[in-house]
Amino acid sequence: MKTLFGYRRPDGKVGFRNVTLVMPVVACVNHIASLIAKDIPGAVAVHHEVGCAQIGADHRQAFRTLLNTGLNPNVGAILLVGLGCERIDPQELAADLGKSGKPVEFIVTQQLGGTLSTVKRGKEIVSAMVSDLAGMKREEVQPSSIVLGVECGGSDFSSSLSSNPVVGYVSDELFALGGRIVLSETTEVIGTESILTKRCASPEIAAKLVDRIRKMVEYSRGEDRDEVNGVAVPNNISPGNVRGGLTTIEEKSLGAISKGGYTCPIVGVVEYAETVGSTPGLWFMDSPGYDPECTTGLMACGCNLVLFTTGLGTPLGNPVTPIIKVTGNRKTVERMKDDIDIDVSSILEEGGTFAEESAKMIDFVADIANGRLTKSEAFGYADFGITRIGPRL
Amino acid sequence: MKRGLIMNRLDNVATVLDDVEKDEIVSCKGLTDIVELKAGEKVPRGHKIALSAIPAGAAVVKYGFEIGYSLREITKGSYVHVHNVGSKRTEE
Repeated sequence: MKTLFGYRRPDGKVGFRNVTLVMPVVACVNHIASLIAKDIPGAVAVHHEVGCAQIGADHRQAFRTLLNTGLNPNVGAILLVGLGCERIDPQELAADLGKSGKPVEFIVTQQLGGTLSTVKRGKEIVSAMVSDLAGMKREEVQPSSIVLGVECGGSDFSSSLSSNPVVGYVSDELFALGGRIVLSETTEVIGTESILTKRCASPEIAAKLVDRIRKMVEYSRGEDRDEVNGVAVPNNISPGNVRGGLTTIEEKSLGAISKGGYTCPIVGVVEYAETVGSTPGLWFMDSPGYDPECTTGLMACGCNLVLFTTGLGTPLGNPVTPIIKVTGNRKTVERMKDDIDIDVSSILEEGGTFAEESAKMIDFVADIANGRLTKSEAFGYADFGITRIGPRL
Repeated sequence: MKRGLIMNRLDNVATVLDDVEKDEIVSCKGLTDIVELKAGEKVPRGHKIALSAIPAGAAVVKYGFEIGYSLREITKGSYVHVHNVGSKRTEE
């Protein structure tokens, strides 16, 4: 792999971006966060719909997602924006973020005089943070610093036959270099339990993985959900799939999970947006497949880069982590040319082999790590969504 | 010549990218090399062809993993699909 240069954070983690994050702790101040970050280069505001009116596991998950977003090594400094009466306490969140050693501050709208005063104070803080971070130099880092999320969205026939398998070979290569890969989309691994458990590093990891898949099967069996969301159900190999050439549920799901490589062991299973451990290998994050929520979860669990395969093309981006779009569909390369970063359509058309395309992809991933922007970054995409697991009060 | 694709070096099936007729030669693109074989029967585009003989009960391997098992002996060049492949997962 090409030599990598990244930003080493006070907690030892390595990032490939140097973002100053302006994060509302509750949706009520989303717009204030946007106004603060507006026109300040290097500052990015996220929007979300949580922070209050959530209970139990749902509240804890929201808190964890915001916390781990700030802890992502692509983030250099954080300003939290509170309202003053929300469930998530900005002071508590700031204290937890501060343990990383990164610069963290919080401001509370109800204490400052409302929108204009809060925006003014926020801009003072953020412009100073941006100025400080701009002085940081990239330093040489090892490929083992990469935590690569792999995801697919807008899939078609080309995804399972070209882009996903190419990403799989990149995943194996990255593992060989000591890196971590994070696979998720629990709905898409249904049917491959016996294959995945053989790759698990311990019986405990295998049991946890099977348990997560079983829960997703039960959840997707729920009333009306099949029709509403089209969520995969067990043995969901439809007559259309069979006509298209898919023989078993294992084959169908393998087309998706091949993104996670062929040889690298599964070394852990984490909750949605829970930080992955330091062991090199394939990690699994329990998550729905829905693109904005899944990419947000991958970023929050620590991914500093994401390879995102798409058959039909999707523009989605993330405020913190580069989302690299890959397609194997030649028509999509044309139809969605503004949004595609990597074209592997030679696999299904002519010429290219998995070996050649995966080697090119590794080079491109290194370029993105070293500062080249993805299409979605260049357009300023900042899609952020936290999956919900409980009722709103 | 018709085109096929081998996903992993462990695979014993390839996916054909064109409609293939009996006795046509399929050129299958592997990880780094090309494997040519003669189709023993018609195989529709997007469906699978056996790269080698698969004994009855043996694993059918695609993406390097077992996608099912052969319900009866499958000869090299045969069409591989639901008529000759079963899934233990689905039978559970």
